[in-house]
Amino acid sequence: MGMKTDEKLIVKGKRVDGRKPDEIREIEMEVGVIPNANGSAKVRFGNTIAIAGVYGPRELFPKHRQEADRAIVQCRYNMAPFSVDERKRPGPSRRSMEISKVTRLALEPVLFLEDYPEMVVDVYIEILQADGSTRVTGINAASLALADAGVPMKDLVVALSGGKVDDTLVIDLSGKEDNYGEADIPIVFLPRKKEITLLQMDGQLTPEEIKNILKNVLKAGETVYKKQKEALEKKYSK
Amino acid sequence: MRSEYILKLLESGERVDGRKLDAFRDINIEAGVVKRAEGSARVKIGKTDVIVGIKTEIGEPFSDMPNMGILKTGAEFTPIASPDFESGPPREDAIELARVVDRGIRESECIDLEKLCIKEGEKAWEIFVDVHIINHDGNLIDASALAAVAALRNTKMPKLEKDKIIRDKLEKKLPLSHTPITITVGKVFDKFIIDPLKEEEEMLDSKLTVAVMEDGKICAMQKSGENSLSLEDANTMMDLAVKKSKEIRKLL
Repeated sequence: MGMKTDEKLIVKGKRVDGRKPDEIREIEMEVGVIPNANGSAKVRFGNTIAIAGVYGPRELFPKHRQEADRAIVQCRYNMAPFSVDERKRPGPSRRSMEISKVTRLALEPVLFLEDYPEMVVDVYIEILQADGSTRVTGINAASLALADAGVPMKDLVVALSGGKVDDTLVIDLSGKEDNYGEADIPIVFLPRKKEITLLQMDGQLTPEEIKNILKNVLKAGETVYKKQKEALEKKYSK
Repeated sequence: MRSEYILKLLESGERVDGRKLDAFRDINIEAGVVKRAEGSARVKIGKTDVIVGIKTEIGEPFSDMPNMGILKTGAEFTPIASPDFESGPPREDAIELARVVDRGIRESECIDLEKLCIKEGEKAWEIFVDVHIINHDGNLIDASALAAVAALRNTKMPKLEKDKIIRDKLEKKLPLSHTPITITVGKVFDKFIIDPLKEEEEMLDSKLTVAVMEDGKICAMQKSGENSLSLEDANTMMDLAVKKSKEIRKLL
């Protein structure tokens, strides 16, 4: 947000990459991509690629961090230095620490943490290639990785962004749309109960526009849900 | 136990300090509290006490925004403010608070950053917004965001002579265009509450922080807390935040 460009981001109803406003980029999902992890997945939305690996539930050390009545979740969202135009300095940034936190809060409601006292579920997300909507792409990968790890879940979690570009409400923002658009809203929700577990926003919108985007994203997310289930079936129905 | 008592009260729509669910505590805003800073403000909401100081430096503009000044927001939860805070570098909660305050200022285009470019691509003013928590009794984000805006409105730019900052000669005001007001709405059971005390905050299922502009547009949001929200919850919380923002705006 906030950056200015003379380039039109929507021409004759089409976005810069040829999509319609409510069209999600090409999605690719694959489960079981990291042999060492208990569960893992790779997710691609257009040119954004994320992998997620889950380790655990496993015993948490140091012991003083253990919770007697439940497992804790630790999340790490990380961008590879080569994932963006200008090399990203390795290691955590303030941005990645915030995203790690909201990712953890987005995933926790779906897990039966009380079944694993004193344990930890580690969720690692690596962004390999960034072209907008990286946190939601990473969370879709984390959802699949948790399922792949066999961690009991109430539902999968579906993550998708919505926003406004050139005065048009859109779904699944690309990097360019994120930089030069009017607003970006990453959303994570449990598709069966339609409960929202992550909601952030930057840009300028009226409350009515936000309500419409929320509604549109929850609807469009059904496609993402279907893709997640297909990816799991592909590995497990053999 | 006290926490159970507080929860029971909230369930029946009451609060431990007798407030209505959507009422703020008394708010006190004092601008210009730190003489060495270019701008400052102290905001007290009940026993919550926050100081924001504004400092300026000269830096290099970001390569993708060569004609803009630079905004940097930080927050420190110093151990003086709460038995729960520890010394050391800012942790997750402090970083999130700083980033949410930053987003409200940045996305509302509160500071006219284009007027803070000194030489395109080479030199620009850097505006540091530093949040210092003095006493934590809940609702730190709303207090910090309000103090940040009050401090920015209080800020005067130092004089620039041959690219050197003359700090004892404060000149014109920092160029501002908008005033975001940040309101957090908490949810517990089916109740929505404003301005939670620290002990109420610990009972909340989830929170939604919303930054609102003069015209009622929303410019930043952040959901936090451990439980999910329905679409209807999110809509109700947004509307309540917009409504309360009008009340708080009058205090500035």
